[in-house]
Amino acid sequence: MINLLILPIIIPLFTAIFLIFLTKYVMVQRWVSTISLLGTISSAFILLHTVHQDGIQTLNLGSWPAPFGITLVSDMLSALLVTTASVIALCCLIYSFKSIGEGRERYYYYAVFQFLLVGINGAFTTGDIFNLFVFFEVMLMSSYVLLVIGGTKIQLRESIKYILVNVISSALFVITVAYLYSVVGSLNMADISVRISQIHQPGIITVIAILFLIVFGLKGAIFPLYFWLPGSYYAPPAPILAMFGALLTKVGVYSILRTYTLFFYHDPGYTHQILGVLAVLTIIAGIIGAIAFWDVKKIIIYNIIIAVGVITFGISVMTKESLTGSVFYLIHDMIMKAALFLLVGIITTIAGTSNLRKISGLIKFYPALGWIFFIASLSLAGIPPLSGFVGKLLIVKGGFEEHQYVGAAVVLMSSLFVLYSVIKIFLNGFWGKPLDELKDSRAPIKMMIAPAAFLLAIAIFYGLGSEYVYSYISQASDVLTNPAIYIDAVLKE
Amino acid sequence: MEILMAIVIGILFTSAVYLMLSKSLLRIIIGTGLLSHGAHLLILTMGGLKRGSVPILGEHAKSYVDPIPQALILTAIVISFGVTSFFLVLAYRAYQELGTDNMDQMRGTESND
Repeated sequence: MINLLILPIIIPLFTAIFLIFLTKYVMVQRWVSTISLLGTISSAFILLHTVHQDGIQTLNLGSWPAPFGITLVSDMLSALLVTTASVIALCCLIYSFKSIGEGRERYYYYAVFQFLLVGINGAFTTGDIFNLFVFFEVMLMSSYVLLVIGGTKIQLRESIKYILVNVISSALFVITVAYLYSVVGSLNMADISVRISQIHQPGIITVIAILFLIVFGLKGAIFPLYFWLPGSYYAPPAPILAMFGALLTKVGVYSILRTYTLFFYHDPGYTHQILGVLAVLTIIAGIIGAIAFWDVKKIIIYNIIIAVGVITFGISVMTKESLTGSVFYLIHDMIMKAALFLLVGIITTIAGTSNLRKISGLIKFYPALGWIFFIASLSLAGIPPLSGFVGKLLIVKGGFEEHQYVGAAVVLMSSLFVLYSVIKIFLNGFWGKPLDELKDSRAPIKMMIAPAAFLLAIAIFYGLGSEYVYSYISQASDVLTNPAIYIDAVLKE
Repeated sequence: MEILMAIVIGILFTSAVYLMLSKSLLRIIIGTGLLSHGAHLLILTMGGLKRGSVPILGEHAKSYVDPIPQALILTAIVISFGVTSFFLVLAYRAYQELGTDNMDQMRGTESND
């Protein structure tokens, strides 16, 4: 079926429109959005299988030939990311049934949630640079609403800052697209790549490359453009935070990955070196934040920044091995960040605070939660049988082979600090003397812990079955190291 | 012509940056308005300002102006309309709830909560 790759965008879109009419019926909304997400996930898996069997799938919308119309392109990387995003969305959705509260559910929460997924899946699938901007805006606009929904004081305050930063970065995106259009005269990503390689990337294209780095760095929170993230992500409730932490920044990282492997690979001595330096600084900035705070949410939020740094370092090295590592780590990190934010949400619900100094002894009353959190911590740090290991191993190996010793060493060191920061939560929050108020307040967390445990199970499978997953991921990094595959698939005669 | 436009757009960006660095929330929103004006004019300018007919086929002209930047601008305009109206309502709501439009008093510290 030729329209297969549009299904993960169109199913949530129609569901969102349908849900707008159902706001009063909370139970109906829950069922409709769950069923539609199951549909999205199954179409994403079919897409993944098709791309694995038959190579890159393209769809020229309206049957206009490739450089002139909008082309949707689903290579292995975007198919993997679409699948991961849809699975994470389902877990966050089920988690929100118990935690989000009826006040928010009645005011279009599920509709906006689906629109967010439309934006994310669209951004992963599109093959047109301006269409990428539009899908970014769909995603950002839904994230504004999700950030402010409920209207508490902290949410109002932080969403003003979040919107301002994103308005500026969107204007920069438009400006950068305008510059690129005036140089190459095309908007189709494959066509842009061909034209840039025809003119051998003159200085102006390098400037545009750096502008794109600034734009996507603002979305993806790399150093020194991450300043908005800790405050903004602190405001929303847990399931929204899990969606943001797992997916939004990763769309920025994906865009850096796409543009730096498809467009700007002719002068890596300049562009990729800057990316590498910024990646190392991002890791360091994230580490400082993660070990400095005694707040459960803040610690995990700074861990997002560390992970973004690790992935972009893998991109900057630009070998087959490091790119495979980056893709491996990207998917691992999406799953793990969602799982950790959901777990942190449960911890704050039980303890009534996110201040780590006021939480202790949770393991006595919530042993399952404790051990799930423990395994998640080890997985995040990259302890061998678990999911974070293979990606980081490949990134470090790629770094050493390209003689980037400092960067690779920082990536290795970062694992230690990541482990320290999450084990700090485990030791202080779960061990120790149980708090008195925990005894009678047995919060009902079964429905909330199930999605987190499910995500963790996926992560464990992802780590143990990396041999099986590898064939998919190496197909994704084939396209990244050899843009001709992508270009041939889109601009076929 | 393009050089003149570039200078004008530069002035728009300068004013936008200046306004967005100020304390009052309303000035910041005016700054974002100027920023999007600048961005839209930049697309138009970068698409080329050569003489030609309006892009309507009924004109039967020898040459037309480039229609793509105009379509891009139209898209970008409605998106920034949407975002700006949301931002304005948010600012209004924040003014009602927080009782200030001074960005200095909207810091996320304990004393301001």
